[in-house]
Amino acid sequence: MSFLRTTFVTAYRSRLYPNYWDIIALLFVLFVITLFASTARQMVTPYQIGETIPISLNVAALPFYAARTVVRMLIALFFSLLFTFIFGTWAAKSKRAEQFIIPVIDVLQSVPILGFQFVAIAPFIALFPNSLLGPECATIFVIFTSQAWNMAFGFYQTVRSVPLEVREAANMLHLSVWQRFWRIEVPFSMPGLLWNAMVSMSAGWFFVVAAEAITVSNQQILLPGIGSYIAVAIKAANMHAIGYAILTMFIVILIYDQLLFRPLVAWAEKFKSEQLTTDKVAESWVIDLFRRTRLMRDVGGRLSRLFDAFVNIRLLSPMGYQIASEQERKVKQRRLTIIWDIVIFAISVGAFIFLTYYVARYISLKEVLHVFLLGLVTASRVFILIAIASLIWVPVGVWIGLRPWAAQIAQPIAQILAAFPANLFYPVVVIFIVKYHLSPNLWLTPLMMLGAQWYILFNVVAGATLLPKDLLQVADNLNVRGFLRWSKLLLPAIFPYYVTGAITAGGGAWNASIVAEIASWGNDTLVATGLGAYITEYTNAGDFVHSALGIGMMCLLVLAFNRLFWRPLYVYAENRFTLG
Amino acid sequence: MFEPIIDIVNIQKSFKKGDRQELLVLDNINLKIYEGEIVAILGKSGSGKSTLLRIMAGLIAPSRGKLTYRKQPVAGPAHGISMVFQTFALLPWLTVLQNVELGLEALGVDREERRERALKAIDMIGLDGFESALPKELSGGMRQRVGFARALVVNPDVLLMDEPFSALDVLTADNLKSDLIDLWQSKQTGINSIVFVTHSIEEAVTIADRVIIFNSNPGSIRADLKITLPFPRSDLDPRFRNQVDRVYTLMTTLPQDERMPEDKKRYEVIDLGYRLPDASVSEAIGLLELLNSPEHQGKMDLPDVAETLMLDIDDLFPLTELLEILRFADVSKGDITITNEGRVFADADMLQRKKIFSVHLKKYVPLARYIYDQLIRHPRQRALEENYLSLLEDYLSESEAERVLRTVIEWGRYAELFSYDYNSGVLSLESPH
Repeated sequence: MSFLRTTFVTAYRSRLYPNYWDIIALLFVLFVITLFASTARQMVTPYQIGETIPISLNVAALPFYAARTVVRMLIALFFSLLFTFIFGTWAAKSKRAEQFIIPVIDVLQSVPILGFQFVAIAPFIALFPNSLLGPECATIFVIFTSQAWNMAFGFYQTVRSVPLEVREAANMLHLSVWQRFWRIEVPFSMPGLLWNAMVSMSAGWFFVVAAEAITVSNQQILLPGIGSYIAVAIKAANMHAIGYAILTMFIVILIYDQLLFRPLVAWAEKFKSEQLTTDKVAESWVIDLFRRTRLMRDVGGRLSRLFDAFVNIRLLSPMGYQIASEQERKVKQRRLTIIWDIVIFAISVGAFIFLTYYVARYISLKEVLHVFLLGLVTASRVFILIAIASLIWVPVGVWIGLRPWAAQIAQPIAQILAAFPANLFYPVVVIFIVKYHLSPNLWLTPLMMLGAQWYILFNVVAGATLLPKDLLQVADNLNVRGFLRWSKLLLPAIFPYYVTGAITAGGGAWNASIVAEIASWGNDTLVATGLGAYITEYTNAGDFVHSALGIGMMCLLVLAFNRLFWRPLYVYAENRFTLG
Repeated sequence: MFEPIIDIVNIQKSFKKGDRQELLVLDNINLKIYEGEIVAILGKSGSGKSTLLRIMAGLIAPSRGKLTYRKQPVAGPAHGISMVFQTFALLPWLTVLQNVELGLEALGVDREERRERALKAIDMIGLDGFESALPKELSGGMRQRVGFARALVVNPDVLLMDEPFSALDVLTADNLKSDLIDLWQSKQTGINSIVFVTHSIEEAVTIADRVIIFNSNPGSIRADLKITLPFPRSDLDPRFRNQVDRVYTLMTTLPQDERMPEDKKRYEVIDLGYRLPDASVSEAIGLLELLNSPEHQGKMDLPDVAETLMLDIDDLFPLTELLEILRFADVSKGDITITNEGRVFADADMLQRKKIFSVHLKKYVPLARYIYDQLIRHPRQRALEENYLSLLEDYLSESEAERVLRTVIEWGRYAELFSYDYNSGVLSLESPH
């Protein structure tokens, strides 16, 4: 569990204050978003998406829909992995690439995920006219964007932390770049990569459900899948259908957890280098089956032979390590640096001019201010929710974490709950609000935290589990109880873990706001005031200028809160309260 | 036979530091490695000896000078040179066998031959039975054996070792050393020469035919000693003790002091950016008390000190240097002698000791004096650590500057000269409330 914490937020340790690369990255990302929005404006005509498959509310169709959704997930995961391997490695190997890639990924992390769909759908539809393939690709792209950034980030971090002596040994043994990648870099980052992939998958389930049914230019596009099923059920105000969908999703996640994720984590144990781990070794009945039965072992052996051959492909072999003499390198470097600087400078100036022109032309200052205020409303929602969730889950988490038997039961449950797409439960809450005519501004708010709160819980549990026994015994011995015990021992000890959980939960809540601030049941639509609702409304109406403005604002706000609040807090927690 | 295998001519290495400054690590190194010899490179920590080894390995390029291996200039790791690492550098997810095979895999040797050669190397180094074990199941000594097997399996011409025994406990290290010497003498490996880096004088004298002694700041060769004692060498042999003494003397005497009579020895005056030794106050005091004890009468042989306190030179020399800087002891010709001030200090009680220490610190350590003076002058008697850090970075590398500042803060705290707040990084004169 501790691994999750260390790799997931390592990015927060390195740089505290934005440097000019961050600003360039921000300009670049905003530029791309706006560019897409402006091209989308040209296509005012409704999309021709060809023949649509009607979504049936029949229960028998649910397994088929679930399978479609899962396939989407897996395709996106594959591309995320590809992205991770290419860009993570590139950033870790080249200083110049690192300067650009890392800030860009960092900014992309703060772009609201459904925002990606709104910018991607037009180009993809243009690419595959008259077919559902366009929206299909856009949806997969959305899932990809919910997974790729943190996986690439974690991979980059671990590749860079390969010990110097291991790298030197690889050089002395004349390993080729290809062999080094598969023999050293990938195995070394395997445990971290898996945990990041798990967190990514959780986000992915949420967004696959949200992205399957979207409204663009007042036209609804439904892709066969659980998300569309839910959307249709909401429209038809069919409570039973929603119940079945929730049940199906639950089974899917359980299967995914048992058959895919857990075996992989148990298998990845062997990539951990520590001699003694205090963490309990991960176990999985599937992996035991693989290791103990003869047939499966044969399959495993054959697979490893295949992998061997793959790693040793001649074509990609010897290209030994060479050290350039210093003079040579200096001359080469200087030339490259100048070219690189010019290119970057040109891009940033271009992006800046374009953005200024665009904003000045289409958007009034009043509108920007209005969107900013909406952003603050959503921000205050996020903060209040984190505070409430903390008040509930920190004591619970500590209680569980200090009792190993409870932790053993609670940990996997919390993980499954975190992976479960909370938006499936939204209709249940919405029915309640509609029935009793409650204020949407107040009652839609908790939805944002429905999925994200579990991160706080399981990080706190992890922190409390790792609390050294002797510290607890000292506290008992000195009779430190009640308030003193919490303020001097328990809270400081779990603080770094809590901060990690809160950062993750905050990110999740921001992302969920786009879905949670506007909800409907049958013909009733509830709207809460906030940036999320703003983005959704304008996108549904096909107004790409305003939705780009909303997305850009959200990106800026998330970035600002991360830099000015979470990051300093994280660094402080790391320096001050990390045990041992 | 008389052609050197590795020939190092006038090598210099400096690392970039900050924007324009450079830090000279190695200066004017000339060294020839011949066939059939084991060469030890011996020096204090930070003397650049590991950097030299990595230059020989082709892992780091020298800034200036020429390096040839078998008459070929070196640009990258050469085939024929293997290396053994201090931390073993094994891949934890590969079994012993797979780890040993890795180098052959890189050379494109096919599966069957790979396995055969790896098994032979594992056999030779005494690891049979552990082929399918993972490194994390093995003890440190067994892990380093895997490191050796991995280096030997490619039939190297030259074996380089970077402090190969320093991560092991004494018994395991001795065991591995004698196995290595047996292997070398039986000539079944095909290795023509071994070069290793160490900070243990005894280790160098036990194994090597030649000991290269390094000076620090910048690293340069101080002496090149031939050790002609027959194997197996015993540390009880008086001739062995003699050699060890000689090396200690060479390492504790500055070249310019060598010809000077004992009583004329002058203290080195240190400046603001001096690389203060990484010594803890309590250990240094422990050493002083040992010297002052009736049984030693204020004078000891450094090899004896090292043995009594079970310290190697990387731990011992910083302590003796601190005592020397503060004028509590004299070190010369391999001996350490307590001074009068040192005696007064050792005889004092805890509070008096702090006072004496504080006086000496202000008097002899310019950095401590500088910090103290600045704090006195500041209206609120406070200063940020960053100020001193950037000051030190004019003289030292970033990490060394940080270490030196930590060191002087520890000394200053002990002397109650100033206090330091970890959270804010503020140095001040006030005592905590």
